[in-house]
Amino acid sequence: MSFPASVSTLNNYNDLYPDWTQREVSTGTTIMAVEFDGGVVMGADSRTTTGAYIANRVTDKLTPIHERIFCCRSGSAADTQAIADAVTYQLGFHSIELDEAPLVQTAASLFRDMCYRYREELMAGIIVAGWDPRRGGQVYTVPVGGMMTRQPVSVGGSGSSYIYGYVDSNYRPAMSKEECLKFTAEALTLAMERDGSSGGVVRLAVISEQGVERQVILGNQLPKFSTV
Amino acid sequence: MSSIGTGYDLSASTFSPDGRVFQVEYAMKAVENSSTAIGIRCKDGVVFGVEKLILSKLYEQGSNKRIFNIDRHVGMAVAGLLADARSLSEVSREEASNFRSNYGHDIPLKHLADRVAMYVHAYTLYSAVRPFGCSFILGSYDEDDGPQLYMVDPSGISYMKEMTCRELVKEVAKIIYIVHDEVKDKAFELELSWVGEVTKGRHELVPKDIKEEAEKYAKESLEEEDDSDEDNM
Repeated sequence: MSFPASVSTLNNYNDLYPDWTQREVSTGTTIMAVEFDGGVVMGADSRTTTGAYIANRVTDKLTPIHERIFCCRSGSAADTQAIADAVTYQLGFHSIELDEAPLVQTAASLFRDMCYRYREELMAGIIVAGWDPRRGGQVYTVPVGGMMTRQPVSVGGSGSSYIYGYVDSNYRPAMSKEECLKFTAEALTLAMERDGSSGGVVRLAVISEQGVERQVILGNQLPKFSTV
Repeated sequence: MSSIGTGYDLSASTFSPDGRVFQVEYAMKAVENSSTAIGIRCKDGVVFGVEKLILSKLYEQGSNKRIFNIDRHVGMAVAGLLADARSLSEVSREEASNFRSNYGHDIPLKHLADRVAMYVHAYTLYSAVRPFGCSFILGSYDEDDGPQLYMVDPSGISYMKEMTCRELVKEVAKIIYIVHDEVKDKAFELELSWVGEVTKGRHELVPKDIKEEAEKYAKESLEEEDDSDEDNM
């Protein structure tokens, strides 16, 4: 997720100008979301890079779209912020018109419409997750290109490649909220250790009928694994 | 109850001195003079019944439908000018379709009723157009909200209005038969539709065999009532 379309390989003024002056700002990233009975757990790392320079080491990639619907952003920081702002506006308007809480599926559809329509111009991989009164906790993934599908667990970003094996072997259906939190924190930690574009702190959010609880796991408090 | 609004009733953009818009009231007359349409909500669905007057022996059975499918889960029964009603059913279909295209799920009935009512209301504001001369009833059923019924009249107001669906179908048929005035209008065809748990949330015409059973029940109850009248004498 850290290969912006605008890289020029013809002008390598490496000695004259630092690398980061010619690179797009990217949320390199590892993001993740898991459904459990009664809500969802979402997690992300906190590193934003411009080339090799870490522009923000405490980024918040878990963005609120509505009271109980959040999205995890990966890809171009500018693109994902712009899309999230547009969807937040549309969903807010829709919710007022309907006079009820919006469905997570509606939010995901709005993201998908935008990501698909402008797929040539955008670089955005988004995971939409939240809770609504009709269908409970749901996770929808909208990867680059603009597909949309619901999954019980979803990972994204450049760091996700390193943890597919971990996620596939450790995920079990019907996990509790605490088990999901532990699962997410461990997966993100492993990805952050191996992916250069992911790092910093682990940000977690739990969304349920009661609302949103957010936590941060600082670098020295991350789970420890023997090889890393 | 007819009052003449001399001079103030020429266009919908004029109020009368006592604050009435006569054109809208005249539009509602068109509805009053039309034959009956009923929608009834029961605990697991909604049933529509329409008394379709047969104006000519050449009409084929099942033609000139007055019950429309708006989306899979929404039905609309109309009273008044049929051409106006048909145009509004197209408008409703577009609204429902656009909603699904933008937001990815079925349009909630309240929202659809509000949107169509706004459209009907818009035609009561200008002198260049006339108000719609029809009222209609929108009904739907889904697992979360249950059965719902809304009515929209020519002024553009929409407002919301226990038995099972299967039993209710017979009662609706009976009501239409009772309401049908033998003297004023001659033949009529009964049109029946339903949406509910029994159809898994899809709005459909009532199947032929159930409709025939309902009509039989309706005709029999009418005869019983006639008999009981004689006894009272």
